[in-house]
Amino acid sequence: MKQKLVIIGAGMASGRALEHILAQDPDGWDITLFNAEPRGNYNRIMLSPVLSGEKTYAEIVTHDDDFYAQHNITCRFGESVVRIDRENKIVHSNAGDAAYDKLLIATGSAPFIIPVPGHDLPGVVSYRDLDDTNAMIAASDKPGRSAVVIGGGLLGLEAAAGLRLRGMDVTVIHLMGHLMERQLDPAAGYLLQKDLEARGIRVHCKGATKAILGKDRVEAVLLEDGTTYPADLVCMAVGIRPETRIATDAALEVARGVVVNDQMVTSDPDILAVGECVEHDSQLFGLVAPLYDQAKVVAASLLGQDAAFQPVQTATKLKVTGVDLFSAGDFADGPGREDIVFRDPARGVYKRLVIENDRLIGAVMYGDTADGSWFFGLIKDGTDIAPMRDTLIFGPAYQGGTSADPLAAVAALPPEAEICGCNGICKGTIVAAIEGGASTLADIKAQTKASASCGTCTGLVEQVLASTLGDDFQMPAAQPVCGCTDLTHEDVRRLIKARELKSMPAVMQELGWKTSCGCHVCRPALNFYLLADWPLDYTDDAQSRFVNERNHANIQKDGTYSVVPRMWGGMTNPRELRAIADAAEKYDVPAVKVTGGQRVDLLGVKKEDLPHIWADLNAAGLVSGHAYSKGLRTVKTCVGTDFCRFGTQDSTGLGIKLEQRLWGSWTPHKVKLAVSGCPRNCAEATCKDVGIVCVDSGYEIGVGGAAGMDLKEVERLAKVASEEEAIDLTVAFVQLYREHAKYLDRPYKWLAKVGLDWVRAQVVEDLENRAALIARFDLSQSVYQRDPWAERATPQAQAGFAALADLTREAAE
Amino acid sequence: MSWLDIGALEEIPQRGARVVKTVHGCVAVFRTGDDQVFAIDDRCPHKGGPLSEGIVHGNAVTCPLHNWVFSLETGLAQGADEGAVNTYPARVEGGRILLEAARLIRGAAA
Repeated sequence: MKQKLVIIGAGMASGRALEHILAQDPDGWDITLFNAEPRGNYNRIMLSPVLSGEKTYAEIVTHDDDFYAQHNITCRFGESVVRIDRENKIVHSNAGDAAYDKLLIATGSAPFIIPVPGHDLPGVVSYRDLDDTNAMIAASDKPGRSAVVIGGGLLGLEAAAGLRLRGMDVTVIHLMGHLMERQLDPAAGYLLQKDLEARGIRVHCKGATKAILGKDRVEAVLLEDGTTYPADLVCMAVGIRPETRIATDAALEVARGVVVNDQMVTSDPDILAVGECVEHDSQLFGLVAPLYDQAKVVAASLLGQDAAFQPVQTATKLKVTGVDLFSAGDFADGPGREDIVFRDPARGVYKRLVIENDRLIGAVMYGDTADGSWFFGLIKDGTDIAPMRDTLIFGPAYQGGTSADPLAAVAALPPEAEICGCNGICKGTIVAAIEGGASTLADIKAQTKASASCGTCTGLVEQVLASTLGDDFQMPAAQPVCGCTDLTHEDVRRLIKARELKSMPAVMQELGWKTSCGCHVCRPALNFYLLADWPLDYTDDAQSRFVNERNHANIQKDGTYSVVPRMWGGMTNPRELRAIADAAEKYDVPAVKVTGGQRVDLLGVKKEDLPHIWADLNAAGLVSGHAYSKGLRTVKTCVGTDFCRFGTQDSTGLGIKLEQRLWGSWTPHKVKLAVSGCPRNCAEATCKDVGIVCVDSGYEIGVGGAAGMDLKEVERLAKVASEEEAIDLTVAFVQLYREHAKYLDRPYKWLAKVGLDWVRAQVVEDLENRAALIARFDLSQSVYQRDPWAERATPQAQAGFAALADLTREAAE
Repeated sequence: MSWLDIGALEEIPQRGARVVKTVHGCVAVFRTGDDQVFAIDDRCPHKGGPLSEGIVHGNAVTCPLHNWVFSLETGLAQGADEGAVNTYPARVEGGRILLEAARLIRGAAA
């Protein structure tokens, strides 16, 4: 007599299991197949081509009515199983029941729906089955419709690409910092984002959905940061979870999924499970390869054969036409792991291999995935790669190439190629000078003016020297930013501007960074360059800042912090002083000191108290003094004409105006200003980054002073007649410094490199350029002139400054 | 091993850290760019700098006071500097950070 096999769920795993059973024992079983969807098994992986219109549903059906009829399978499609009666071995559905000898649970997974307001509005769909797909196709049938896809993982991006091909205006909202973060590292995620954007898909990373808006159906999606995207359709593709409800109700062992042993048998020996609903060895499975392995094992177990499921490595490919992406294995940084990284920015190619103990354990590739399966094979087989390590990343075809000549690119430039943009010097002019006897950088500078201005082309000029003179030229060791790159700060700044690189992954990819996420030297520099050059596009990254700028206070040697409220131009009043005194007492501040920049410093504040003391000071109208920043620190003033019998101008007033204009701006290093009301110079303006000395006939503006490791008097930038012009020149100078200086160069060091003449030409003589510099500064200030104290007054921000947990009390118990 | 839930992964920014107070002093719990967590002493052996305030890069952190770099996995100083900090077992499960509790809550005498 035939045994009765009941299968719950007609998906890819159970479909494959059916095929194995029927192939080996076609007449042994009386099979009943339940499916909640009103249809049989189709290739769910191919829903993306159906959505994009590249395939039809009929093309992706794997088992049609004829198949089920031919094998005498009782199909109960459109019936949901509601209960398993294990005692009597009967399955109950919403329409009837069925007895079983063996039961196979293959309920698959359910989409995870974020429970934000509006998630149940009509027009919000998930992306799991044909009905979802058809709903999306229907939504795209009128031109000019908008879709928002929540979730930038595999499924979400396939949905987004499909909807875009259907002509919709598509935005992808992704919670994490880069797309497909489980399969890709940030560099590959950046390339993927660039590709998708080139296809007209808007990508919003670090976007947390706050609500789905709409009256009768969806109209828009609102994010936590306040951004709103209009939407006629919202597709939630944030993840899946195993569908385990009936197994849980039947009191089978269920953890995250239905727990099975190596034979795919659940805690009930007559009930087996297969597919995305199972949990094996604490692992869940979502990709098709392991599910097919499971199907083979579950069939063998039903047929009484020996078989054991052993999960193997899986590889991921994104099914978006034209996007080449591959990832396999484990590519997280780890102990004893090494990276081999290959980047070809021009072709948009990125490859990263992760090696541990001379074995390849992970691979991420973008743009050129032809060698993916070869690398995947090395991972699976655990091949010893030591003998081919040098050429490993070039793939199987290149086992033994020669390294490229770094000078070849410069040598190949035509004579008319421009080398020095400031002075319009082309390669031919430089070569002519070399042939005329010039043999050092200084000679070239003197004879042609190439690299004599802003200096960013210095590296190129040296390469022209090297390629022309050959061994006669001793290339000076250019100081790279850090070990992550061979480029200098100047090169990086120039390339960020020239190639419009607007994010950290963009810089690291396009400029060939040798590490996956930089280091403590390059990240703060890149963060500054990006925010200075692209204030509207780049998002400041707190984790790439030194502690002082991250915590908005100066760390002291004992780990406490100092708090310095801003006093505009050094002016204060009894109310502010009272608030400072109260705060010092309330928070047990051990030391109160007056600083060299005319401020009051509260030293020794505990980190967890910072947001609270700030809130108290804020309440008295005091804001952050930025005494910790690579930014505008203080404008020191004397009392000027208001009180002083020698004062020639209102130096205090000018100082306050300058400080109110400049505060909050980030600069390559700290910037200190002073305004003295007469040449007696009580504000010590002549040793400041910008120092203004008032005289009867106007204002003398000096720049590039220093009174630190080096002592330097300012050089005169200009003398102007009006206060307004003094402010304009100061702002334009600071902006020029922000745009060109190397990170951690004070203005005097930068001036020594570029020369005061060049700065004067930009800021003083070229009025149009001066206005443009001021406009760019003000644009940046529209983003960055914010009081960090006020921004951290929320309970959430305050909690972030406290310990995550306190285990000292647990010890006492 | 007894694992102690000390908070949600989201409470630590990526490439950042938070401290946990223990009877032995503060332990810095790090979250890397790829969401691994590590726990090490929050005290640089050089001059006592709070490592939790350092810049995290790869699976390493740079001390904010004098730029010593430590491996988060081994606690060993990298490069030319010599020194080490204690490491503590840590893992993430279901979005929660778990620390191996025995060494952290037991008094110094135990």
